[in-house]
Amino acid sequence: MNSSEIPILRLGKVLLAGLSNELDDKTALRFADELSHQVSAIGAEAVVLDITKLEIIDSFAARILVEIATMARLLGARVVLAGMRYPVAITLVELGLDLPGVETALSVEHAMDKLAPPGGSRVG
Amino acid sequence: MSDRKLVKNGQVCSLPIRAEDDLLTARHAVRAAALQAGFGLVGQTKLITAASELVRNCYVHGGGGDLVIEHLSPPPRAGLRLTISDDGPGITDPAKALVDGFSTGPGLGHGLGGAKRLVHEFHLETEPGKGTTVVITRWAG
Repeated sequence: MNSSEIPILRLGKVLLAGLSNELDDKTALRFADELSHQVSAIGAEAVVLDITKLEIIDSFAARILVEIATMARLLGARVVLAGMRYPVAITLVELGLDLPGVETALSVEHAMDKLAPPGGSRVG
Repeated sequence: MSDRKLVKNGQVCSLPIRAEDDLLTARHAVRAAALQAGFGLVGQTKLITAASELVRNCYVHGGGGDLVIEHLSPPPRAGLRLTISDDGPGITDPAKALVDGFSTGPGLGHGLGGAKRLVHEFHLETEPGKGTTVVITRWAG
């Protein structure tokens, strides 16, 4: 389980990845590497991380998410964190972590709407 | 402690923290215990997150140790007490280590202080060269 890879889907210039309920340290680090590689390889304009299933974000996982967002931004892509569970949001606030530089959206659908050019067709 | 008349209902579970995989095992054990104790979704998430911070500290900074999970049941409240201990180098300046942003490891430096805010009771015992023990308690509901 902890050795499972996180699949990254490509929708046009958008990369979409769904995290599972647990994010262990090793998987998180590998995922950050693989994602930045793919962002650079396809010239992605945006990355949507679906965290609907993710039950825990501790300070290590938060650090990785902020790093992913920073790396993507340096490569010219936006990162949208979609579907954070409300207990996770409450816990992050108490931990004192507000994920600087990371955009969020209520769901993957909201994230895709956010990325769609105004008046244009949806991304992907 | 005795004035609270805590009644342990006999359920104590001890887990070794020796390898990275033990971090996940520890989280699972805390989740299972929180469910059993009747924690709500938010309480459960806070306790598991606090445990995750402390167990990682124990592994990364303390060189490994143990997690003990105790069910506390002073009626009508149920709660969980977690004891995370290691025989590592200890913390030189515990007051400083509790301040957000202080980190000597790979995190964001919110681990110890953050964990404290996520529980109802927090007790830190450490001495340079003599290891670190953190005891946290969170009540269900």
